[in-house]
Amino acid sequence: MIVIENLYKRFGKLEVLKGINMQFNAGEVVSLIGPNGSGKTTLIKAILGLIKPDKGVITVNGATVNGSPAYRASIGYMPQIGRYPDNMKVGQLLTMIREIRNTSNQDTQLEEEFNMDLLCEKPLGTLSGGTKQKVNAALAFLFNPPVLILDEPTAGLDPLATEILKAKIAQEKKKNKLIIVTSHVLSDLQELTTHVAYMQEGRLIFKKDLPTLQRETGEEKLGLAIAQIMRQQKNTQG
Amino acid sequence: MSKVVFYFGVIFLLNSSVQGAVLLVGKNQTITSLNKAIQLAKEGDTIRILPGVYKEKNLVINKRLTLLGEGSPLFDGENKYEILLINANKVEVSGLSFDRSGYSAMNDFAAIKVIDTDSVTISNVQIFNAYFAIHVSNSTRTQIHDNDIIGSPASEQMTGNGIHLWKCSQAHIYNNNIRGHRDGIYFEFVTDSKIEKNFSRKNIRYGLHFMFSNSDYYGHNKFIDNGAGVAVMYSKNVTMLNNWFQQNWGASSYGLLLKDITDSHIEKNKFIRNTVGVLMEGSSRLQVKQNLFQANGWAMKVQASCDDNLFEKNNFIGNSFDIGTNGTLVLNKFTQNYWDKYEGYDLDRDGRGDIPHHPATLYSMLIEQNPTTLLLFRSFIVTLLDKAERAIPSLTPELLRDERPVMKQLLL
Amino acid sequence: MKLTRYVLYDILRNKIVLLYAAFLFLITAGLFQLEENSSKAILSLLTIVLTVLPLVSLIFTTIHYYNSYEFIELMLAQPLSRTRVLLSEYFGLVLSLLGAFWLGVGLPVLFYSPDAIGISLLITGSLLTLVFISMALFTSVHARDKAKGIGLALLLWFYFSLIYDGILLMLLFALSDYPMEKLTLLLSALNPIDLARIVIMLKMDVSALMGYTGAIYKNFFGNAYGTIFTLGVLILWAAFPLGLAKRKFLKKDM
Repeated sequence: MIVIENLYKRFGKLEVLKGINMQFNAGEVVSLIGPNGSGKTTLIKAILGLIKPDKGVITVNGATVNGSPAYRASIGYMPQIGRYPDNMKVGQLLTMIREIRNTSNQDTQLEEEFNMDLLCEKPLGTLSGGTKQKVNAALAFLFNPPVLILDEPTAGLDPLATEILKAKIAQEKKKNKLIIVTSHVLSDLQELTTHVAYMQEGRLIFKKDLPTLQRETGEEKLGLAIAQIMRQQKNTQG
Repeated sequence: MSKVVFYFGVIFLLNSSVQGAVLLVGKNQTITSLNKAIQLAKEGDTIRILPGVYKEKNLVINKRLTLLGEGSPLFDGENKYEILLINANKVEVSGLSFDRSGYSAMNDFAAIKVIDTDSVTISNVQIFNAYFAIHVSNSTRTQIHDNDIIGSPASEQMTGNGIHLWKCSQAHIYNNNIRGHRDGIYFEFVTDSKIEKNFSRKNIRYGLHFMFSNSDYYGHNKFIDNGAGVAVMYSKNVTMLNNWFQQNWGASSYGLLLKDITDSHIEKNKFIRNTVGVLMEGSSRLQVKQNLFQANGWAMKVQASCDDNLFEKNNFIGNSFDIGTNGTLVLNKFTQNYWDKYEGYDLDRDGRGDIPHHPATLYSMLIEQNPTTLLLFRSFIVTLLDKAERAIPSLTPELLRDERPVMKQLLL
Repeated sequence: MKLTRYVLYDILRNKIVLLYAAFLFLITAGLFQLEENSSKAILSLLTIVLTVLPLVSLIFTTIHYYNSYEFIELMLAQPLSRTRVLLSEYFGLVLSLLGAFWLGVGLPVLFYSPDAIGISLLITGSLLTLVFISMALFTSVHARDKAKGIGLALLLWFYFSLIYDGILLMLLFALSDYPMEKLTLLLSALNPIDLARIVIMLKMDVSALMGYTGAIYKNFFGNAYGTIFTLGVLILWAAFPLGLAKRKFLKKDM
């Protein structure tokens, strides 16, 4: 679904992506992990067309990212920190995005479960971090997109909301969607994960499915398997 | 007014006391040409001219006659000839029309020429396409009134003056309408005369032009849209009252140009939308009072060669520049004028500003030196420069100021 | 257009534009009320149009751009082209600032002085608003942080309202021996504020302009070609920075 070829990006002197080759397919729930500054967010922003790569090509469902913006209709994006115009009310935001997307194929489940209707009249500037995350999540799932990109989705969410979101992801997973979840540590979404992509210093170290990973590290639990890999990386570098 | 009535009275008296014969001139009359009638007429006779076109040339009136046109008979000079020469006292010409009097580079051809006379009256005459229209020399008590003079403006050389007086005195020129000539009204060596209620517009050079003409009175005239406005030179004891000077536009165009004028009054006139309202050079002891200067480029340019003039109680409204000058020496007095550009205050509420007004700005000096800087007029930098200069005058003449400007527009 | 509506709504929500409109209205109506003749009021208005208007347009646009960064980012994650997002911002700004100008200055001028001077003041004021919104958008898109953006905007303002004319004045004096009229025509086109000022001056100072070199400007700017030229150049001044801003915005990393 998403193909990334030979992707390079530098910000001034800092080289953030150093030749990423990667593929994401439908039905995968990929945990994109790596330490802070490893390039995860830059990669996601590149997929969304928010940053322009220096070199390399990204295609989403065969459409190159640099071309028409129409491909973004197939992506639901939940940003790391919800950054919205302070003066805008929650209700207006939802209306506006609906107007822009202009599609009848809507999935209002999260909107309802997070009780967005109670927040409608509140300006976005007054919302707490957790509430903003709920808005983010509701927006990402609203148009039933085949691709979901969730950047640190559970950070700031209360346990109840986390459970709602998890259930939602599980539900979407069954619909053969591609779901990419980034986090710098393994989150509480690990039980849903089918693949793990590990990035470090602008490079993709590996992308493997869960069974392979478990086999190679000899660890049953995903968290331990990752920790094992991180240790190995440190050793090879040291 | 009483004087006018008096003049009329005199004419009436002269007419009735010496009643002569009446001769008729017309196509179907025994006398078919004016020339013939003049020859037949005796001193004091009246010639009535019936309607029609008369192609006559070089007519000379050398005896006291009254020429009365009926229904505006037209004398056509065919662009070749001078039409009428008056060379006798107390001749009256009225109700005639003249067209196409000739042009000559050698002589000042005119539709009507008056030479060496006393008490000649020319009234209700229409003159079209003349070189000079009415040309008077060496005459006294000439009356020229209620005439319509319309030239066909060619070049300055090809067109003469509308009403031209040379070496005359006690002339009275009023209610004339002149346009399309070189100078509307031209005076040289004319004294003790009155020019009133004339309307002079669209003349190639000046609406009114006079030189070496002392003790004359100009009142209630309108000078509008003339090539260079009005020029007044080398004269003294001139009184200009209640005249309009309007819309005289051009690089060397003035509402009123005063050159070497002394001991004169310029009062209650209106100077509106001229490139320069009044330009004064070498003039002294003028009283410039209660005039309105509105929407001119420069309300006044007072050259440093002027001294001892008084500018009092004038209104300066909406002019691009109020006062321009070319030097730092100022020997003139400005007082109690209304300046719309005045930025002072009146704390004691006596209607007069508490701080003096400096009507000449730094920029108005700069632009005299370098006209191209007009490009920067009303720009922020010019405003700043002017404000700085106002705070610490360095280039503008410190003495060019109105000590007590009035706060409200004066009722004139 | 849908987007523009939201941008506009966002701008109106923070009330600064409304304050700006009220400020302009109070000043303009006050000038007409206090001054005995409207020509003097128009003169003071000219200063406002030529200095305050560009300054407010520049600063307001810059601040708005940086404050809308999140909104822009949100829009760009949607299936919307960058051009459309930027133009929405531009038109939102244009509509709000022009609205403020017409409410604050337009209404009183049309009421008190609806003559050629008043109308040309309104037209050039509107064009200057467009021009300086474009310029500020250009600098904002280029400069990453807000302080730098505002600094650049101020610098632009100083340049166009003061520095350029200062240099021009010196140049005119330095080269006063040469015929500069044609050149100055060209030089005036290089500063939108100068151009706007000349347009109004042509109406306001007709009499002065008939003298000296003024006649040249009058001849050039006064006829239909001159008017088309001036309006054309002002529109270029609005379009060009906007085009550059768009070019940069298309390549920009958010």
